[in-house]
Amino acid sequence: MADRHEMWKSLGMNIEQHDVLCSVLPGAVGDVFMSQKNRPKGMEFWDMVVADVHGIRPAELIEEQKKGRKVFGTFCVYVPDEVIIACNGIVTGLCGGSQFWVPDGEAVLPKNTCPLIKASVGARLGKTCPFFRIADMYVGETTCDGKKKAYEILGEDVPMYVMDVPQMKRPEDIERWAHEIALFAKKVEEFTGVKLTVENLKKAIHIINEKRKAMQRVYDTRKNKTLPISGRDSLLMTQISFFDDPERCATMCNKLADELEERVKNNVSVVDAGTKRILVTGTPLAIPNWKLHNIIETTGAAVVCEEMCTGTRYFENLVDENINSLEEGFKALANRYMKTNCACFTPNTGRIDDIKRMVKEYNVDGVIDCNLKFCCLYDTEKFSVGRALKEANIPVLQLETDYTDTDAEQLRTRIGAFVEMLNK
Amino acid sequence: MSKFYIGIDIGSTSAKTIVLDENKNIIERILLPTGWSSKETSEIILKKLNELNFNVGNSTIVATGYGRVSVSFANKAVTEITCHGKGANYLFGSNTPSVGVNDDKAIDNNLLIIDIGGQDTKIIQVENGSVVDFLMNDKCSAGTGRFLEVMSNALNLKMDELCDMASKGSDTHISSLCTVFAESEVISLIGRGEKRENIAFAIVDSIIKKVCQQAQRLYKPNMKVCLTGGLSEFKYISDSLGKELKTEVYAKKDGRYAGAIGAALMGFI
Ligand code: SF4
Ligand code: SF4
Repeated sequence: MADRHEMWKSLGMNIEQHDVLCSVLPGAVGDVFMSQKNRPKGMEFWDMVVADVHGIRPAELIEEQKKGRKVFGTFCVYVPDEVIIACNGIVTGLCGGSQFWVPDGEAVLPKNTCPLIKASVGARLGKTCPFFRIADMYVGETTCDGKKKAYEILGEDVPMYVMDVPQMKRPEDIERWAHEIALFAKKVEEFTGVKLTVENLKKAIHIINEKRKAMQRVYDTRKNKTLPISGRDSLLMTQISFFDDPERCATMCNKLADELEERVKNNVSVVDAGTKRILVTGTPLAIPNWKLHNIIETTGAAVVCEEMCTGTRYFENLVDENINSLEEGFKALANRYMKTNCACFTPNTGRIDDIKRMVKEYNVDGVIDCNLKFCCLYDTEKFSVGRALKEANIPVLQLETDYTDTDAEQLRTRIGAFVEMLNK
Repeated sequence: MSKFYIGIDIGSTSAKTIVLDENKNIIERILLPTGWSSKETSEIILKKLNELNFNVGNSTIVATGYGRVSVSFANKAVTEITCHGKGANYLFGSNTPSVGVNDDKAIDNNLLIIDIGGQDTKIIQVENGSVVDFLMNDKCSAGTGRFLEVMSNALNLKMDELCDMASKGSDTHISSLCTVFAESEVISLIGRGEKRENIAFAIVDSIIKKVCQQAQRLYKPNMKVCLTGGLSEFKYISDSLGKELKTEVYAKKDGRYAGAIGAALMGFI
């Protein structure tokens, strides 16, 4: 692997601290991924990316910046990549998924902020993540209160644009979101110097749709009784798709899907027949948060679907490509994005419908509904989610956790008991 | 040579061992403090079993409890939720073989088990002998045995004395949910000269309310509610739980062995 220290230095990173992070990551990757048996060969691509996660892609981004392209960092699947891509910009996800960044976030945020927000702020202020350094502009959104306030703090350190996400899904809210996308487009045009046209927007919509379809293809293979890929590997693929070039992402996912479909045909499974199939739902699992999947899959069950923003919410539903004006384009985008069911909205019964549908589609034996500590929205929604699933006779285990390892054994007991219950 | 089914439940404060014969009769109970190392405790248990002439090599041994992975000589490890469910069903369920401990013949197949352990509280719903749902509080010591332990120490009382005293008290409340703050509340109550009976009442009342709040999430009126764990020895505790839940709460003298009994039963599967 190339030495990246010069690059990190030029990004103004805290090298000493960052070396600490780099020294623990290979061990974690080894424990979680390399210990798995019978992995698909196609995972080699993601193994390579994750092994050099702060090197390969950041280096590419810097090269593109030299050519004059702008990099936008985002924190939510509501921010429409299409607009940025159309204006020749680059999108990179920015959510922090490691405890490593939490203390730097806690230096400015209240302790009872969700770890995702603390880690994201900490990664920026602690100067220990190249993506947070590279992004020319951050794009926030008015989803949860914690993020809104965190953006104010981040905005003092980096150019920040915040999109006003509606809280409800009435027709007028969808209209409002289309208008909000139009405003965002103006900002992106200004920042990139590239004018948005029907043609480039159409092309961008197509690119992102193709990426969505490719990811869906991988997920579709997980619906089979023969499980061709583990939950951990699928999650890694999804997590990295937030950072990768969308066209390469689609190519790699399609290649992986080819292999997985072949595996299904040949009855190649990564687990023993009869292994209980789990759907995981709740707050996002930002890279490198593999804790929950790892515990589930080393406790005798398999994760077959993630009803999460790092999962189906990221790629389900396509944008209508048949547009004849920018106005139509914004509407088409708004229609698609407003189908994403996040607990920031009220009501959010669509999420329950999604979970119930996916339980059938993915042949699920039990649901694990897990939220990050201090995420009041998803925590509160557990009540209605749990009740609806029980009414539908779908076993559900509801958990709360953070990025530390202190509760690993307690989670193992609960998840173990849940799996024993499903196995009875 | 006869074969035995041995269940070992290494909890946070005590380690319970049960030996069943081939007819699922309890023939031995061993109770030990867990101490610092569950590994050492498990070795002491092994020594005792050998001394008592239970042929360990020819027995099926199942470990449970948070120290279950430290029992190196066990044939398998099963979570305490599953074991408590099985054990409680043995003690309180309808298919109970007559083993002396079965003093009432309720035919309920729908149990709600409350287990107040040293470090956590478990609420387990058991239908026809199998766990169908459960809740667990292990984030905080309020509502666990640890809370009572800290408070009875503050009052300089043993558990049975605390219960005894509480039954004569009334009308005092502790507002803090956190064990550390509640302890200082108790100390200031003592300082204010509040009657010890009333303070004892407030302490038990606080844990009962906390536990019932959790139990309510799974409780339905058609369930038979049973208390297991170390506190099931104290009638005042099960009575108070019953008052709060407005139903009878059953308890048995082998209640603290529920997890170990369940583990031993897992050996038959
Ligand atoms: S959970 Fe909600 S706020 Fe978070 S990324 Fe998803 S849509 Fe955005
Ligand atoms: S997990 Fe919850 S609290 Fe955290 S950023 Fe997402 S919506 Fe906000």
